[in-house]
Amino acid sequence: MIRVHELVKTYGEFRAVDNISFTVPPGEIFAFLGPNGAGKTTTIKMLTTLLKPTSGSLTLDGLSPATHQTEVRKRFGIVFQDPSLDGDLTAYENMDIHGVLYAVPARLRAERIESLLKLFELWDRRDGFVKTFSGGMKRRLEIARGFLHTPKILFLDEPTLGLDPQSRNQLWGHVKNLNESEKTTVFLTTHYMDEAERVAHRIAIIDHGKIVAQGTPDELKTQTKTDSLEAAFLALTGNSIRDESANAGADNLRQFTQMWRR
Amino acid sequence: MHAIHAMWLREVKRYLRSRVQIIASLAQPMMYLLILGFGLSPVFQQAGQGNYIQFVAPGVVGMSVLFSSVFSGVGLLFDRQFGFLKETLVAPVPRALIMIGRTLGSATNAVLQGTLVLTVCIIAGFRPASLAQLPLAFGFMILIAIVFAALGTAMGSVLKDMQGFQIIMNFIVMPIFFLSGALFPLTNLPPVLKILTSIDPLSYGIDGLRTELINISHFGASVDFTVLVIAAVAFISLGSYLFSKIEI
Ligand SMILES: Nc1ncnc2c1ncn2[C@@H]1O[C@H](COP(=O)(O)OP(=O)(O)O)[C@@H](O)[C@H]1O
Ligand SMILES: [Mg+2]
Repeated sequence: MIRVHELVKTYGEFRAVDNISFTVPPGEIFAFLGPNGAGKTTTIKMLTTLLKPTSGSLTLDGLSPATHQTEVRKRFGIVFQDPSLDGDLTAYENMDIHGVLYAVPARLRAERIESLLKLFELWDRRDGFVKTFSGGMKRRLEIARGFLHTPKILFLDEPTLGLDPQSRNQLWGHVKNLNESEKTTVFLTTHYMDEAERVAHRIAIIDHGKIVAQGTPDELKTQTKTDSLEAAFLALTGNSIRDESANAGADNLRQFTQMWRR
Repeated sequence: MHAIHAMWLREVKRYLRSRVQIIASLAQPMMYLLILGFGLSPVFQQAGQGNYIQFVAPGVVGMSVLFSSVFSGVGLLFDRQFGFLKETLVAPVPRALIMIGRTLGSATNAVLQGTLVLTVCIIAGFRPASLAQLPLAFGFMILIAIVFAALGTAMGSVLKDMQGFQIIMNFIVMPIFFLSGALFPLTNLPPVLKILTSIDPLSYGIDGLRTELINISHFGASVDFTVLVIAAVAFISLGSYLFSKIEI
C-alpha cells in the first residue's frame, strides 16, 4: 500500500530524511518511532503530497504523489501533528467542510458527523467555536475528522499528543477497529512506546533521518536483546535528548497575530 | 464546484463573524472621506474641479475594496500559521478550485465592505449621479474585488511570515492605491506619473466607479471593464499556479 525507496529530503545542507526505504502492505498498522527531529513528520509530508522529495521514489496504492496528486489525496486521511482546525468555525462546521471537500454525500455526511462527534464526546459542543476548545477537545475533533471519509490509508502523526489516558485509550481502540473492519492501512508516529507496542504490527525506528531498525515489536526486542520496546528504542537511538529546532519565522508570526487579534 | 462553494462560504462566514473588525476598518476610509474630503474641498473648488467630496467618494469606496480584498486574500498567511491551510492542501480537490473558492469568498467580503463604505459616504453627503447606474457601479466593485483578492491570494501563497506582508503592503499595495487616481484626477499628470497610473489596474477600477457614480470618466467604461477582466484572469491564473505550488 505504501512503498518508499531511497527517499531523501534535504533542507540546504541538512538531511532531514536520509535515504530511507520501507513498504507497508495493505491492512497493516505500521509505526514510525523516533526521537524529536528524527524526520518522521517530514516523511509523512512527502507521503501526503505536502512536500516534494529531494530524491528517491514513493508510491501510495501504486500511485506517485508527484504525478497523481488528487488520486493519491483521495486515498488517505491524516491527523497532523500540528493544529489544523479553523478556530473561527464551529466543531460541526469544521467537520462539514471536510466532508464536502472529500465529497461525502450530504445525508451520509450528517450521519457520520453526528456519530463521530458523539463517539469523541463533542456532540454537546458541536456549535461551539473551535477557538474556545481545550487542547484535548481540539485533538479529539481532528481525530474525528480524520475518520469522517473512511480513507484507505490513515496517517496519524503523534495523534495522542496532549490527550488524557482515557482519550488515548479510546483512540487506539477506534484505530484497531477501523483497521480490522475496513482493512484500513495505518501509518502512525508516536512517542509512546506502549502505544506502538499495543497497536502496531510492524515498527520502524528512525533517528537522524535514517531508519536504524525495522520489524515486529518482538523482532526488535530480540535484535537488541532487550525485554521491552522502550529498552529496545533506547538501545537503538541512545540516551541523548533532542530538541526540535525552533522555527523562528513561525514564532514571529504567532506573536504578530496575537498582537493583531487583541 | 462543491469545493468552491465550501471555501467561499467559509471566507464569508469568517468575515461576517468579525463584527469588530468590520466596524474598525470603516475608520480609515472615513478619514480619507471626511478629513481629506473637507480639507481639500476649497482648493479643489478653486481649481474649478467641482466638489471634492463628490470626487473622492468613489476613490474611497475603491480603496476600501482594494484593502479588504488584499487583506482577506492574504488571510492565507493566518491559515498557514493556525494550520487550517494544511487541511485544504491535502484535500482531494484540484488546488486551483480551492484557490478560486477562497478568492471569490475574499472578493465577496470586499464587496460587502465596499457597500458599507458607499452607504456611509451617502450618509456623509455623497450623492450618486444616477440610481439607474448603481448596478454598474456594483459591477465595477465586484471586478476590483476579484482582481485584488486574487492578487492577495497569490501573495499569500509565496509569503511565509508577516515581515513579508509588511514589505508587500508598503511596496505594492500602497503604491497601487496612491497611483490609482483615487485621490486626484488623472488629467494633466507629469509623464512618469501618467505611465505609472496607466499600468495600475486599480486606476481602471476607480475610473469605472467614477463613471457610474458621478459621470466623470478618464479611460471610458469599456476600457475599464476590459482591463479589469484581463487583470482578473491574469491574477487568478497566477494565484492558482502559486497556490498549487505551496509546500509546507
Ligand atoms: N522547513 C524546514 N526547514 C529546515 N529544517 C526543517 C524544516 N522542517 C523540518 N526541519 C528539520 O528537519 C528535521 C526533522 O524534522 P521532523 O520531520 O519534523 O522531525 P520529527 O517529526 O521526527 O520530530 C528536524 O531537525 C527539523 O528541525
Ligand atoms: Mg514530528
